[in-house]
Amino acid sequence: MKILVPVKRVVDYNVKVRVKADGTGVDIANVKMSMNPFDEIAVEEAVRLREAGIATEVVAVSCGVTACQETLRAAMAIGADRGILVETDVELQPLAVAKLLKALCDKEQPTVVIGGKQAIDDDSNQTGQMLAALMGWPQATFASKVTLGDGVATVMREIDGGLETLEIKLPAVVTTDLRLNEPRYATLPNIMKAKKKPLDTVKPADLGVDIAPRLATLKVAEPPKRSAGVRVADVAQLVDKLKNEAKVI
Amino acid sequence: MRESMEFDVLIVGGGPAGLAAAIRLKQLAAEKGSDISVCLIEKAAEIGAHILSGAVMDPRALNELIPDWKEQGAPVTTAVTEDRVIFLNETRGRKVPTGLLPDCFLNHGNYIVRLGNVAKWLGEQAEALGVEVYPGFAGAEILFDETGAVKGVATGDMGVTREGEQGPAYQPGMELHAKYTLFAEGCRGHLGKQLEAQFNLRNGVDPQTYGIGLKELWEVPAERHEPGVVVHTTGWPLPSDTYGGGFVYHLEDKLVAIGYVVGLNYTNPHLSPFEEFQRYKTHPEIRKYLEGGKRLAYGARAIAAGGLQSQPKLVFPGGALIGDDAGFLNAARIKGSHAAIKSGMLAAEAAFGAVAAERQRDELAAFPEAFRSSWLYEELHKTRNFKPYMKKGLWMGSLLFGIDQKVLKGKAPWTLHNSADHDKLKLASECPKIDYPKPDGVLTFDRLSSVFLSNTNHEEDQPCHLQLKDTSVPIAVNLAKYDAPEQRYCPAGVYEIARDESGSNPRLQINAQNCVHCKTCDIKDPTQNINWVVPQGGEGPIYQGM
Repeated sequence: MKILVPVKRVVDYNVKVRVKADGTGVDIANVKMSMNPFDEIAVEEAVRLREAGIATEVVAVSCGVTACQETLRAAMAIGADRGILVETDVELQPLAVAKLLKALCDKEQPTVVIGGKQAIDDDSNQTGQMLAALMGWPQATFASKVTLGDGVATVMREIDGGLETLEIKLPAVVTTDLRLNEPRYATLPNIMKAKKKPLDTVKPADLGVDIAPRLATLKVAEPPKRSAGVRVADVAQLVDKLKNEAKVI
Repeated sequence: MRESMEFDVLIVGGGPAGLAAAIRLKQLAAEKGSDISVCLIEKAAEIGAHILSGAVMDPRALNELIPDWKEQGAPVTTAVTEDRVIFLNETRGRKVPTGLLPDCFLNHGNYIVRLGNVAKWLGEQAEALGVEVYPGFAGAEILFDETGAVKGVATGDMGVTREGEQGPAYQPGMELHAKYTLFAEGCRGHLGKQLEAQFNLRNGVDPQTYGIGLKELWEVPAERHEPGVVVHTTGWPLPSDTYGGGFVYHLEDKLVAIGYVVGLNYTNPHLSPFEEFQRYKTHPEIRKYLEGGKRLAYGARAIAAGGLQSQPKLVFPGGALIGDDAGFLNAARIKGSHAAIKSGMLAAEAAFGAVAAERQRDELAAFPEAFRSSWLYEELHKTRNFKPYMKKGLWMGSLLFGIDQKVLKGKAPWTLHNSADHDKLKLASECPKIDYPKPDGVLTFDRLSSVFLSNTNHEEDQPCHLQLKDTSVPIAVNLAKYDAPEQRYCPAGVYEIARDESGSNPRLQINAQNCVHCKTCDIKDPTQNINWVVPQGGEGPIYQGM
């Protein structure tokens, strides 16, 4: 059983992002980048399935600039067997990524795609769902437990107010939530080994996919600063302020 | 059982010194048509992320290391256009006429750089030459062979719990063995400190003396930006008996690096280097550069300032100390990256020769010999008396150093001495309290919002990397005698005196997650009770071009 794991290169989760002065996006010059944490969970899950003898091969895929190779090496240091980079400098939106992944699924024929539920940079939470729709496969998103059986997957999902368990037919798309697992630390020997694992590079055109952006970003702005609090004299003043100033009651 | 790997040369630390050594080793191998395996580890999550410096860089060493650095795209682009040295009093500044400045204060031909970016670029050069560069791995332990020589280091274990147990994500560290190990941890390296003790490297030399440097990166309005201008100030807000000063470096892209250095031999335990830096920015001569701008980044790092007479012996069986791990900085010139690079190159040449001669784990005597006949030795020798003169106070110190440099040309027949910093504090009861202004949130800030901008991060469930030798000392000695100075000298708010609800039963709370790896506590703690060790690899600040 082959598992395909898409991994995205994003601004590191410890870094405080800064909006560019011209409002066109977030400044990523000189900024530390790393693997989207939800994708790291996905790689860990896939590797654990292989280590348990359920899966036979874990293929990591990343779409984007040349430096995404580093993200793929990080996935291979966790344990992915090989990597595929779909290389492009064009801004990639979720639909374009889903189409690229569809092309790779057609080629690689994985039994399951395990991806992060969303990327921490744009928080779109769309790629997994779009990929499932394009493939005509079942999907189980926000997984907190994954069990692969014979032709089916049993997935526990985190939903509002509790947990839901689904049984879906394979092949399928699963996206990971935070509690699915805790990814291992990549060890130095594994990082060394990862440098020698195969990494293929393809271009979107090779896959016959049109990746032109369909959405236009109008403006990126920082959230407004929280203003200082005030101390109210009594309940009446509080109610008055909530009613007339904050206009929330 | 830890895995191990063998290399010809292992380098601990990916700053200018370590990377220069790595590059030089590979260049020499290429020139000689031989091969040499070189591994470099770095505790930061990526190369450059723990680098913090002013920085004005003298390109002399870089010219020697990579002569075509311009064509190779080095982020060294902003040439210094003007030097301004200003003595500040509370309300005004007096610029020193350029003709009166000793040569060491002149920066014509130098560049204003973001040293973290330079390190990142050097890291790429090293990798391209075949150096195995592994950021995210800290040298946690020195390994010795059966003869007592250094045989390498072990990286730290990952996933150990606060109590020291193996957690679910536990991964043992790895042993890296080498014929020669070069330690390039920067100022007050925690392994360097152990090596100095193990091999008595400080016998017959002065104690090292340090400063703490705090720095912010600002984006300023175009009309306030003067690319290439270098401003150094002394005087206000520090009293004249306390060594220190500020800098404002106008970088490219409307960026301004502003910083403040306080000598860690200060005596008043109420002094807070962080708050001195914050109020420094409110001086009219400094504020004028920043108003209307935005603070982008913050960080701090200790600096080794003792110069030549405080340098330990550089070599021991199996390795050498390079860069600021050995205190190569030139305090009088307010720069050290050129010295770090040069020291790394000299050590690399010695190590390459030894490996080529099929030697291993002996003393690289050729390194200190080459250093003594290098331009770097001459340069450091010329300014060796700067820091000791400054112990005489700002005015007398400046006058004496001025005479030393302008009249005697640094050739005075005497060498003055340094003393340790940690025993300089006077009792809190004997010193005036200092009333620092509240931050305004525009020009001046509090510690926590500052630390936030260092991007620092540590896994909480791990053994505290700030070890107390004696847990009673923080209250019984530090609080009782010195009003717990670690609360003030720590630039990251790591140390707090917590009390119970009634305001009694004080105890020291260590917020180790905030640590920015500056090492000041390891240096300044009055009884040397704090031992800084490495946390898990890949943690600590994530500076982006500091």
